[in-house]
Amino acid sequence: MTQLSIEVENLCKSFDEILAVRNISFSVKPGETVALLGGNGAGKTTTISILLGVLLPTSGTIRLLGQDIIRDRFPIMHRINFSSPYVDLPRRLTVRQNLIFFCKLYGIVNARERIALLSEELELKDLLKRQTGSLSAGQKTRVSVAKALINEPEILLLDEPTASLDPDTADWVRSYLKAYQSRTNAAILLASHNMSEVERLCDNVLMMKSSKIVDQGTPSELLQRYSRTNLEEVFLDIARDRNRPDPTEPTEPRENLEVGDI
Amino acid sequence: MPGSPQVDSLPSDTEIRLIRKDSSLMRVQAVLLRHLYLMRASWPRIFELMYWPSIQIVIWGFFTQFLLTNSSYVAQAAGVLVSAVLLWDVLFRAQLGFSLSFLEELWSRNIGNLAVSPLRPVEFLGSLMIMSAIRTLIGILPATFIAILFYEVSIYELGLPLVLFFSNLMIMGWSIGLMVCALILRVGLGAESMAWLTIFLIAPVSAIYYPVDILPGWLQSIAWCLPTAPVFEGMRAILFDQGFNLELYLHSLGLNAIYLAIAMGLFIWSYHVARKRGLLLQIGE
Repeated sequence: MTQLSIEVENLCKSFDEILAVRNISFSVKPGETVALLGGNGAGKTTTISILLGVLLPTSGTIRLLGQDIIRDRFPIMHRINFSSPYVDLPRRLTVRQNLIFFCKLYGIVNARERIALLSEELELKDLLKRQTGSLSAGQKTRVSVAKALINEPEILLLDEPTASLDPDTADWVRSYLKAYQSRTNAAILLASHNMSEVERLCDNVLMMKSSKIVDQGTPSELLQRYSRTNLEEVFLDIARDRNRPDPTEPTEPRENLEVGDI
Repeated sequence: MPGSPQVDSLPSDTEIRLIRKDSSLMRVQAVLLRHLYLMRASWPRIFELMYWPSIQIVIWGFFTQFLLTNSSYVAQAAGVLVSAVLLWDVLFRAQLGFSLSFLEELWSRNIGNLAVSPLRPVEFLGSLMIMSAIRTLIGILPATFIAILFYEVSIYELGLPLVLFFSNLMIMGWSIGLMVCALILRVGLGAESMAWLTIFLIAPVSAIYYPVDILPGWLQSIAWCLPTAPVFEGMRAILFDQGFNLELYLHSLGLNAIYLAIAMGLFIWSYHVARKRGLLLQIGE
């Protein structure tokens, strides 16, 4: 049996009296992309932070690549990587210096070849000598992707990977991630507000609301279940507590709501 | 913008194999390299490291020369003030070097990258200690040469004990640096000014420029509870031709072990609280 890449069971996190994550369970298989979808404060970033090991859960178990990361996360940290809007790469270092730093941090012995390969693939060659802080948002994102893939991770955790990018750059990043996954069979868990991104990249979607998973399924299953034509409408149905149609009754696709209905 | 990447255009696994090594040394080297790159790219940073110790030594050196003609105490041991200034700067630079390297990670919002990497906290602290030693040496060495050149006072004449004094002051500097970092982890960057201020809290009772006996009785008790006072007393003992005092050295070393253990405990506790409250990804903001 293939080992699951991510296994989360009964995960809870509370900050004093505020429950940020309420008893969630899910798993991600190798080669699978799963999205955490939900409004602001739904618990997506908290869940990803716990998986990254920078936030301790109140209860529950998490196994990444079979390793209990609450007990000891270090044996598998070199097989995982991430990208988050909450962290930056050191701005005063050049792109090359940053990549060397992360190669060493992740124990990559053949750093030169790895950087050459990633620079080729992500078209960073012309940027290698430039200070990371002087790059445009799109260029920075490509460098961040290079950092996130520097150790060829088996699990990639992405928190809003294309936030604040123009559609062209965002599309390019998605294509690259898809290509990377096809090549390496990596598991990807991403938190996003971008529904078209989720529809395009993800095999499975976990809908979060009020700190818990309220629904899940493949994008097409969710569309069918809510009788909607796109995930944004499903998202709005869940966010606004519109009742899910009774699956035993025949359904017709709903009409989109008018602004006045909201 | 580059064109859309195609799966076929990416090299297969067999083209370039990733060679990984689980090496503490490599991870420590990574953090050191990151700080050395930063330092190398900015001459004001290197200049700043050397500036204060050099200015201090110039001011105190001339003050010593003035006192030499007016004070029998100083006349007994030429260079006692100059040596004290240099050793005090070792402590100050060690603490500041440690705290600044840590702050640099917070300012650049890189602490999250380090926390979500194979780098263990103990390796991170080890890197900060080495960076602190590098920063201290860059700052202090020019000042020692100025002292030789201008005042004919060579701290190197202390001989082997200089290494022992130096290492004891470095350890004390790391302990204070660790406590400052623990505080910053706990309360955020609002406490960053503590990196510059804390060390001066212990300056009056560290017997840097005067013996512990000068202090009021209750302050003397506090002074002997710090590893710094025995170091400066030990330095004076040598300069006043009383030789190396092993008892003072062991006193300082023992206290240092206690302070370092407490400081590490505090840092690990703060790190744990930061993980519990989710501060590691937000602290740079």
